[in-house]
Amino acid sequence: MEIKVLKDILSANNQIAERNRQLLDSNNVFAVNLMSSPGAGKTSLILETIKRLKGKTRIGVVEGDIRSSLDAEMISKEGVSVVQINTGGECHLDANMTYSALGNVPLQDIELLLIENVGNLVCPAEFAIGEHKKVLISSIPEGGDKPFKYPLMFHIADAVLINKIDLLPYLKFDTEAFSQAIRGMNERVEIFQISCTTGEGIQEWLSWLLTQIDRR
Amino acid sequence: MHELAITQSMLDLVLEQAEKVGAKEVGKINLVIGEMTGVVDECVKFYFDFLSKGTIAEGATLSFKMVPTMAQCRDCHKSFELKEFDWTCPYCQGYGIKIIAGQELFVESMEVE
Repeated sequence: MEIKVLKDILSANNQIAERNRQLLDSNNVFAVNLMSSPGAGKTSLILETIKRLKGKTRIGVVEGDIRSSLDAEMISKEGVSVVQINTGGECHLDANMTYSALGNVPLQDIELLLIENVGNLVCPAEFAIGEHKKVLISSIPEGGDKPFKYPLMFHIADAVLINKIDLLPYLKFDTEAFSQAIRGMNERVEIFQISCTTGEGIQEWLSWLLTQIDRR
Repeated sequence: MHELAITQSMLDLVLEQAEKVGAKEVGKINLVIGEMTGVVDECVKFYFDFLSKGTIAEGATLSFKMVPTMAQCRDCHKSFELKEFDWTCPYCQGYGIKIIAGQELFVESMEVE
């Protein structure tokens, strides 16, 4: 006998993600799912964000890595609470892993939770984890064709940070065309040009972030 | 690489639905997968054979309906299939598009006994 199912394969994940969101909401925590390819600057952005928002908002971090706790150690030196998730081979965080991690985050003591996903432009785009905003970092050395190669990621991002703009004089990269390509496939996206090295554009990113937290 | 997690979720969903109707065996699973998800059918088959061992879905055939990425122009509202590196509207050359198909990832139906 044939039975109609018509159910999203990721519906179980989405349900847990919704539960995570409720848990965050009930604690008044705003969560950002930070995604990018490896080496685009997720950890650098987190460090820069923590340093500049000291005294303005209380931050917690969840570090997702396939293995190692190098990033978590670096971040904990900044005096914020860090929870490490080692996915043990999985190339993305999912809602259930995030749920387990949330149990170790002092939710009542923070207002902003930065969740660093595994460096990868494919798989994290599929898996909701309960975040309020999806933020994508795309760096200049990766090349301008990335929106077309990983359209889903660019399509679902609430904000795209074009990082390492201090390298623009040395590389062939058309920021205008790149931004136009992203806006073409994503009507509501916010785009920021930043450099974690020189600090350029970071203030704009932080203002946007603080506005999002206030609006929550 | 996400196919492992996706196949596991798909299998969980299939087993849950099969249990609901008291099925003894799952013969065929019809899946709908949008091109934009980047899910590779061969990869899902490979993981499925491995993950379904010892379950009532072991040996089930997987059928894939692949959906091409389709867009609608935000200016002239005409629909078209997206090509790899050119997402401008072929009718009015506008660059703003809305994705209208290609993000599907669901179990459409299944045959059980």
